[in-house]
Amino acid sequence: MAKGDPGVTRGGRRAAPRSRKGATGDPELVQLLTPEGERIDSVTGPDGTEYRVDFTDEEYRGLYRDLVLVRKLDAEATALQRQGELGIWASLLGQEAAQVGSGRALRTQDMAFPTYREHGVLYCRGIDPIMPLGLFRGVDQGGWDPNEFKFNMYTIVIGAQTLHATGYAMGVAMDGKTGTDDGEAVIAYFGDGATSQGDVNESFVWAGVFNAPLVFFCQNNQYAISEPLERQTRIPLYQRAAGFGFPGVRVDGNDVLATYAVTRHALDNARHGQGPSLIEAYTYRMGAHTTSDDPTRYRIASEVEAWQAKDPIARMKAFLDKQQIAGADFFAEVDEQARRESVHLRERVLAMPNPEPTTLFDHVYPNGSPLLDEQREQFSKYLESFEGSAH
Amino acid sequence: MATETLTLGKALNVGLRKALENDPKVVIMGEDVGKLGGVFRITDGLQKDFGDQRVIDTPLAESGIIGTAIGLAIRGYRPVCEIQFDGFVYPAYDQIVSQVAKMHYRSRGKLRIPMVIRIPFGGGIGAVEHHSESPEAYFAHTAGLKVVSCANPQDAYVMIQQAVASDDPIVFLEPKRRYWEKGPVDVDAPLADAYPLHAARVARPGTDVTLLAYGPMVRTCLDAATAAAEDGRELEVIDLRTLSPLDLGVVYESVKRTGRAVVVHEAPGNLGMGAELAARITEECFYSLESPVLRVTGFDTPYPAARVEEEYLPDLDRVLDAVDRTFGW
Repeated sequence: MAKGDPGVTRGGRRAAPRSRKGATGDPELVQLLTPEGERIDSVTGPDGTEYRVDFTDEEYRGLYRDLVLVRKLDAEATALQRQGELGIWASLLGQEAAQVGSGRALRTQDMAFPTYREHGVLYCRGIDPIMPLGLFRGVDQGGWDPNEFKFNMYTIVIGAQTLHATGYAMGVAMDGKTGTDDGEAVIAYFGDGATSQGDVNESFVWAGVFNAPLVFFCQNNQYAISEPLERQTRIPLYQRAAGFGFPGVRVDGNDVLATYAVTRHALDNARHGQGPSLIEAYTYRMGAHTTSDDPTRYRIASEVEAWQAKDPIARMKAFLDKQQIAGADFFAEVDEQARRESVHLRERVLAMPNPEPTTLFDHVYPNGSPLLDEQREQFSKYLESFEGSAH
Repeated sequence: MATETLTLGKALNVGLRKALENDPKVVIMGEDVGKLGGVFRITDGLQKDFGDQRVIDTPLAESGIIGTAIGLAIRGYRPVCEIQFDGFVYPAYDQIVSQVAKMHYRSRGKLRIPMVIRIPFGGGIGAVEHHSESPEAYFAHTAGLKVVSCANPQDAYVMIQQAVASDDPIVFLEPKRRYWEKGPVDVDAPLADAYPLHAARVARPGTDVTLLAYGPMVRTCLDAATAAAEDGRELEVIDLRTLSPLDLGVVYESVKRTGRAVVVHEAPGNLGMGAELAARITEECFYSLESPVLRVTGFDTPYPAARVEEEYLPDLDRVLDAVDRTFGW
């Protein structure tokens, strides 16, 4: 499904799902695939929207492949950090379904504004997973062209990118690119901690009053480094949308199918000119905040185990297996592909050259600066003074 | 050549109008910039003529103004953001310093943020607190931003257009106490032939001391030079115009001739523009200097209450006092 557009292509044998109306254990949570791998035909959200997906078997297998691949590549990056090859890594472990589901829900013309953890979305956009590793290795600062990939640079300052997404979405509307099936939509990623930021709340205001074609996609992974959700909010995060005047919905972020359905619906509403909405993808950060963090200091093992039982990949695998959409050969083949791609990624990370020292002066300004020209020249001469010496 | 007599504020208005006419991607955004025309009327009439998609009244949130302007810039627009007063720019400081200033660098040149951030700055209008500040050093200290300030109507008219046309992110500091001062403006002169944006200029030639100023203090220095001339001293006044990057060639040439330099600005002296200028002049003109580079600045206090701002602000007498002191070495 690497190039696919799941849910659009119809046909093929489908699983035989059972039907349900908003009857999960948590009535607020949109879910189409239970942790046990039981398929739910459709779910009615809090505002009456009916969510369903209609994938071919090939598309179901494609989603599974995405989930496994992004987890494996992420694990490889964590390993590279442990071996000193990356300065730091922000793992997506546990959030694969939230990222693959929303990432695959994007249409080609849609624009994404990530935080620094959306490696899975990046992968689903068809972008080479090596791209952000330069940032974490410290050989660059994540320097890609957002417009080339329809995927903004990673943003480290918490919540800042939601305003950029809002402005971009205002531009989409000003360009007259909404109101049709091929209209453009924008998605802004952020976390539960970011919802306390002024910038995120300002984004909510702006997107609302300008009716921006924007989906706010909050991965509520329960922790902002060490601080639990209770330190950020008194109400469920998706309910905040009501105060800003647009819809909010909570989806099971460990359910790739429900995440896809909810995100696709919100994006299509946005592209048709119906304005912004907020998705709270309810998930869990299985790993540390980053490789510099120690989550055992602030959360207990039983909590992690409880979420382990809701693993996004295990439930998809159980579903594929039960419905005989995929078997052992397929699972082995996916694992082998993941292994190959991670080895390939590792080799290329190790081959990343350090930048030449004087390149640090490059690109400060589009039109340059005499001050920098002077500093570059002085520094170059300084470096040259060591040439041929044993220093 | 159509030369009109305009106030500095009106010159900015006419310049912005030209910028909107010249490029459909230019958008003006800020608080009260639409129907009201801005609290200083700098955008007066522009929304009426260009519509509310080109001249956007924004929610009251400065970080939101700059942050959404970044998104518009990524989308291909050229936002001109108005921050209503100097003291209200700080909520947007993170977006300016961490985002606007760094995006071209981080993207290795692939992403440009051609944004102008207009800020009425400085005191002298009897305002309540937070309405009279001079934050230029914060921005001039930030790599990735360029900072300019106009001092007369002609420059206001030309420089705002140059800033909008530039792909560099530019903090454009407007001397609010000079908004109502009139001067000749050649409104038909082609922009391509204009004096460069990032260049200093001798505002008044002289031989004895070099006065270095920008924005509102250029007028103060010119007045000081007029007064000094009556006493037989010829002060050269340089309008720096660009604070980042500084255009130092003109400065060095002048100081090497005069041997004396006084920097004048409203902002506090500690680590201000004067400190950088003094250091650079000392490095480059050491053997020409007859005295240390002196500074006449605001004091290192918060901007004071309006009834004592005349004491806080550098004025003609304090400038001339410093000039006298340069002859005391």
